Amino acid sequence: MIESLGLYFSFPLVRYALIVGVLIALCSSLLGVTLVLRRFSFIGDGLSHVAFGAMAIAGVLHLTDDMLFVLPFTVLAAILLLRTGQNTKIKGDAAVAMISVGALAVGYLLLNLFSASANLSGDVCSTLFGSMSILTLTRTEVWLCAALSVVVLVIFILFYNRIFAVTFDEDFARAAGTRAEAYNLLIAVVIAVIIVLAMNLVGSLLISALIIFPAMSAMRVFRSFRGVTVCSAVLSVVCAVLGILISVIVGTPVGSTIVAIDIAAFLVCCAVSGIKGGIRK
Amino acid sequence: MAQLTCSNLTLGYEGHVVLSGLNFSVSAGDYLCIVGENGSGKSTLVKTMLGLMKPLGGRVTLGDGLRENEIGYLPQQTAVQKDFPATVREVVLSGCQGRAGMRPFYNRQEKALARESMEKMDITALAGRCYRELSGGQQQRVLLARALCATRRLLLLDEPVSGLDPMVTQEMYALIRQLNREGITVIMISHDIAAAARFASHILHVGNTVFFGTREEYLRSDIAARFLVPEGGDRP
Repeated sequence: MIESLGLYFSFPLVRYALIVGVLIALCSSLLGVTLVLRRFSFIGDGLSHVAFGAMAIAGVLHLTDDMLFVLPFTVLAAILLLRTGQNTKIKGDAAVAMISVGALAVGYLLLNLFSASANLSGDVCSTLFGSMSILTLTRTEVWLCAALSVVVLVIFILFYNRIFAVTFDEDFARAAGTRAEAYNLLIAVVIAVIIVLAMNLVGSLLISALIIFPAMSAMRVFRSFRGVTVCSAVLSVVCAVLGILISVIVGTPVGSTIVAIDIAAFLVCCAVSGIKGGIRK
Repeated sequence: MAQLTCSNLTLGYEGHVVLSGLNFSVSAGDYLCIVGENGSGKSTLVKTMLGLMKPLGGRVTLGDGLRENEIGYLPQQTAVQKDFPATVREVVLSGCQGRAGMRPFYNRQEKALARESMEKMDITALAGRCYRELSGGQQQRVLLARALCATRRLLLLDEPVSGLDPMVTQEMYALIRQLNREGITVIMISHDIAAAARFASHILHVGNTVFFGTREEYLRSDIAARFLVPEGGDRP
């Protein structure tokens, strides 16, 4: 098995996939903690569907580099979603549901009406579930992905204390002079970037899993914000690496394999916290 | 000179007026209780004093060298905090955020300040514990320690004893009085009028009739007669 792995790793495509996979898993898990704690998990879900719609539009317009279109489009949607959350004319969760389902439907409709592709359902399936698209990354895409991931990581570390303050108690943070709106905006933009990046890895339907599962698992076991953040990052990276390796060897779709392992990790963490709780009693 | 002055303040949401014609001021060392029934606009007033909301009319002015981010705020607990994974130390330290400004990490002074605040609130032993596992009274002490990291001059407490049992409530009142005696100005929102009449130096009563004055003036007023059961009455 190690030999066959060695053989696979002689292909640059597999190496790229692993690098990109690790970076995406790291970034998504970091922001996941904040999103889960603020009850914003559904925004990740909604944005991933918006990204699918944007991808469809890019396909119809025959854009050569769809990332350049999908990224700003999703960032814009993230900002709009956050705004509707504050302005209560349309309730936050309903707005997210409308936008996400709408984007999905319109995206598929556009693809059906205008696509010149011979294998439409194959295209849609790989956009939704990621299938093997991570193994077809070009060198430029890997570099773009790596650069964006580093930016996300640096932003997260520099703003760690402020993200904590705003997440734990927004009113207190605002009273102390922290510009909470600006940080909410920053978080929304970063989430949008991560989702667009992660579309390559797990496809638009499974991105939320990458954001939510590591955070939920870490919250079972750890009791400090720092502990939860670090554990969630480590867990996410380990699961992503395992998932990619298994999918390469066994030939399963990358995205769903990673998510399946994330689920397994969550169950293990639940068991660990159960045992810990039992001992304490 | 007054630390905080509200002049001719009109409060409300989206053009709907909740309170109007509000005039009062708080000077260094005062202990002001803001009392009133639910829905009388107490929370709106808090948000306006903190600068989180714009008043519909009138203005809030800070004086005596007090800056806007120097008000230590003890908010009511939110649902998010009920299962938030954070240690007591992390929560208290986050009170230094206003001091740190654009600096990404806390420095040694700020960490010392957090330690000192925890000692003051007698929660040093809890520093490594998880916030969500503490009792209601302990959680309030943690939030008070955090507020002390943000200020040394003016505390604004929004219903600090709501949900606490009677004994812990008395402890909390004693703690607040102690801080006030050490020279920190206290503004406390409460619906416990009896406690307000016991501890405060000034009282602001909001609602259909607005009253502002010292505790003694309040006790002599008609409004207090209606809301306070007289001594020796049928209160347990």
